[in-house]
Parts: sequence; C-alpha cells; structure tokens
Amino acid sequence: MSTIGTGYDLSASQFSPDGRVFQIDYASKAVEKSGTVIGIRGKDCVVLAVEEIVVDKLYEVDAARRIFTIEKNIGMAIAGLMADGNFVADIARQEAANFRQQFERTIPLKHLCDRVAGYIHAYTLYSAVRPFGLSVIFASWDETDGPQLYKIEPSGTSFGYYACASGKAKQQAKTEMEKYKFADMSTDELVQSGGKIIYQVNDEVNNKDFRFEMGIVGRETNGVHFINHASWSQLAIEAGKAAKTADGDNEI
Amino acid sequence: MANDMLTSFGRPRRFYNLMSADLPGTRFPASGITPGSSVLGIRFDGGILVSADTLVTYGNLARYQNVDRVIKISDSVLLGGGGDFADIQSIVRTIDQKIINDHCRDDGASMKPMALVNWLTRLLYGRRSLKQPLKAEIIVAGIEDGCRPYLSAVDARGSPFENYVAASGFARLIAVPLVRERKPIDRDFSLKEASTLIRDCMRILYYRDTRSIAQYTVGICTPDNCSIKGPFKAEENWAIADHVSGY
Repeated sequence: MSTIGTGYDLSASQFSPDGRVFQIDYASKAVEKSGTVIGIRGKDCVVLAVEEIVVDKLYEVDAARRIFTIEKNIGMAIAGLMADGNFVADIARQEAANFRQQFERTIPLKHLCDRVAGYIHAYTLYSAVRPFGLSVIFASWDETDGPQLYKIEPSGTSFGYYACASGKAKQQAKTEMEKYKFADMSTDELVQSGGKIIYQVNDEVNNKDFRFEMGIVGRETNGVHFINHASWSQLAIEAGKAAKTADGDNEI
Repeated sequence: MANDMLTSFGRPRRFYNLMSADLPGTRFPASGITPGSSVLGIRFDGGILVSADTLVTYGNLARYQNVDRVIKISDSVLLGGGGDFADIQSIVRTIDQKIINDHCRDDGASMKPMALVNWLTRLLYGRRSLKQPLKAEIIVAGIEDGCRPYLSAVDARGSPFENYVAASGFARLIAVPLVRERKPIDRDFSLKEASTLIRDCMRILYYRDTRSIAQYTVGICTPDNCSIKGPFKAEENWAIADHVSGY
C-alpha cells in the first residue's frame, strides 16, 4: 500500500529513483488524516464547509477552527496540521495587507493563491525545512471577478476549481459533488448542498462526534466573508441532518 | 538640531506653533499643502451628524472640488477629515487596515469610536513630539456599545475634545459658538434641530470662509444606519452685494 522510501525520504531536497519527493508525499498523508473540508462555487457565492472532528470534549466550542478570514472578502479553509494552518493563514493575511498597501485595493484571489502557493512550494525545496502538512482552499467573491475558488496542495501546486475537497473523506466527497450542478445554484441551495455533503461523508462509526463549520462569501453577504454565520449555518446543518436521516431511512 | 536648541532656548513657543519656517528642511504652509477646511460634527439624541465641504485646496487654487471629506470607517464609525488631506488619506488607509485585521480576527470585537480617538491621540501626539507633525484635524463620530452616540475632535497636536459639538478649522471659530447658542439646556438636540444647524452652519461657513465651496456632504451615524449623504448645496444669497458700498 504505502511505499517504503528507505533512504530517499529523509529530506525534501532528495528525489527517489522513481521520481518522487517522499517528504511531500508524507505531507499529503498528514492532510489525509484531517477532517474533511470542501469548497463549492455557486452562481454568486462560495461556501467552505468543514467537518470538525471533536478530539476532546473539554475543548471550547470554537477550538481548532480550520476556517480563517484573510481579507474582507477572502476566506481560507485548511486540511492537515493546525499549527501549519495558523502560520500559513498569517502569511496569507500579510500578503493581502502588503498588496493593499501598495495598490490600495483588495488582492485578487488568483494573485493571493499564487503568492501563498509559491511560499508553500519554497518549503519543499530545502533539507533545512519540512514541507507544510496542509491542503489550503481559498474562496472569495467580488463584483468584478464573481465567485472564485482555489486549492493549494502540499507540493505547492494550485488550481482553480468549481468544487474541491480535501481530508479524510476526500474521494467520497468528490463522488458526492459530481452529482450536483453547483454553477447555477443560489446561495441557499449552495449552503444546503455544503451541509448535505459534509454530513453524508462523515464517518458515523469512528467520527460521530463532529462539529459542522462553514465559511461563506457572496453577493448575499455583501461581499464580506463570514465564519459560522448564524442563519446560513443553521440552514446547512438542518439540510445535512435531514439528508442523513433520509439516508438512514433508505438503508432500512 | 543642537544649533536650533541654542537659538531657541527660552523660546518654547517656536516649537509649539509648528510653523514650517521653524522646522528643519523645506518650508511649507502651516496647514499642510493640500488642506481641507472646516469639518463640523453635531451629536443628537439618536446619533451624530458630521459634515464637511467637498473642497481640497492647493494654495489659493480650489484644486479638488469633489472630495468626500466625511469617510465611513465601519458600520458604527464615521470620520471627518480636516487639515492636510494627504495626511488624512494616509491615516484613513492605516485605519482601514486595522478594521480588516479586526474582521480577520473574528472575535466579535470591532473598532469603537472612543478606541479610535484614543489611538489617534497617541498617533498625533507622538508625531508632534517628534516634530514631524501630521497636520490632520480629525472628527470621529460613532455609536459606542451599540447605543450611545459618541463625538470627538482630535487636533494635530493630539488633543482630543469630546462634546456634543466637535469641529475643525473655521467651523471651530464660527460654527461652534452658534451650536452652543442653540443647544437646549436640559436635553440633546433632536435630529431635526441638528440637521437645521448643519445646514445653517454650512451656509455661514461658505459665506465667511474663503477656502470653501458651496457643496458639502453629511455623514449620519445612528445605531441602525451609518452612511454619507449628499452632496448638498449650501444656500447662497448674494443679493446683499447690491447694497454694499464704500470700498
């Protein structure tokens, strides 16, 4: 199953004979252990939904939050190591602030994604540092560019998406996503889809104790990114729970 | 610097007046190169009104005639910028980034007007003390804690003045006495009274201040609404000119 990288996996500055950089592969493994995160792009809205697995009942409700606000209209969600996530969120915020200081406007998402991807990639080049154990999803909406969604892999490659997923149930989430047509969805429909997908891919046996978290930005939020906005989160959670119950009924 | 100290020993007023001729380097007007004139803020029972004309001058030239000098900082804070407008723009850019940083932190806290005034006080006083003053005369208006209207002026020396009327420039000389005269003794202004006062003061300021134009904007901040209205035209009636003689 997993290739043993004997000898070629000790630093990110080494290739293996079959052309892999094992440290980056191992970083991806860290991402795969994390709770699922999805990003979906609608007609004039983008939703980031996260399956926050509750590791410890003693945590505060907003502990280990994996969604961040980078700028007024830019949200970021991560799968992987929390510590790396906090660090990269700060880098992204600095990039956005720097851009604003020079050009006096909000950084376009493509530009921000390129900068952060370049930063993450830089950490895959040297033996002195380790790659970030992160998959980063960026979302934004504004009047000129509309809804935007980008994902950065641990290797530092980034792509634009209509819908993307990372984490534990990545494959399952992708399969679910292919059933929907997000591009024409309204904000409400998109929010409900996000809830449904996360609730459906959640592993009831092993990770029953989880928290649903959501970032949303779009025309209906006036171009402002909100995390766990009361009314929309409720809509998503209700849709998710309903889908789960319906599934349960179907199984019987 | 040492030379300056020797010659100005016993003459502290030279530094306190912040006249350009006393500062090392090039000379420029005491009010800044591109100043805006008056800004007037009036607190009423439901919120605050802040108004300023839409002119930024360049010496004797009325250079920029459509500048919004009342700026919305957030849903609960307005800022009126008088004095050197370049300094105002620079300060507003910094404040905007602070607002974005607060939003990113997502901890339910947001910039309150009193907090902003305190920060501006420290900023302006620090710059004054370094003898690199920011020639900004700022009016901060907003809603404190979701319900209480708050209005304050901060001058270029870093002195804050919190009151039901706050003004900068000519408004401080002409409009403030007028507002004080019309203030009911036992209660706040009503919105109607405050609006009438703004209209009257802007008219009088246009008549009397040579560095002003008849167009102005008014910002209103209440717990439900924070927006900039306008531009409005100040009433002008020059019919009196016919009767003036003797010069």
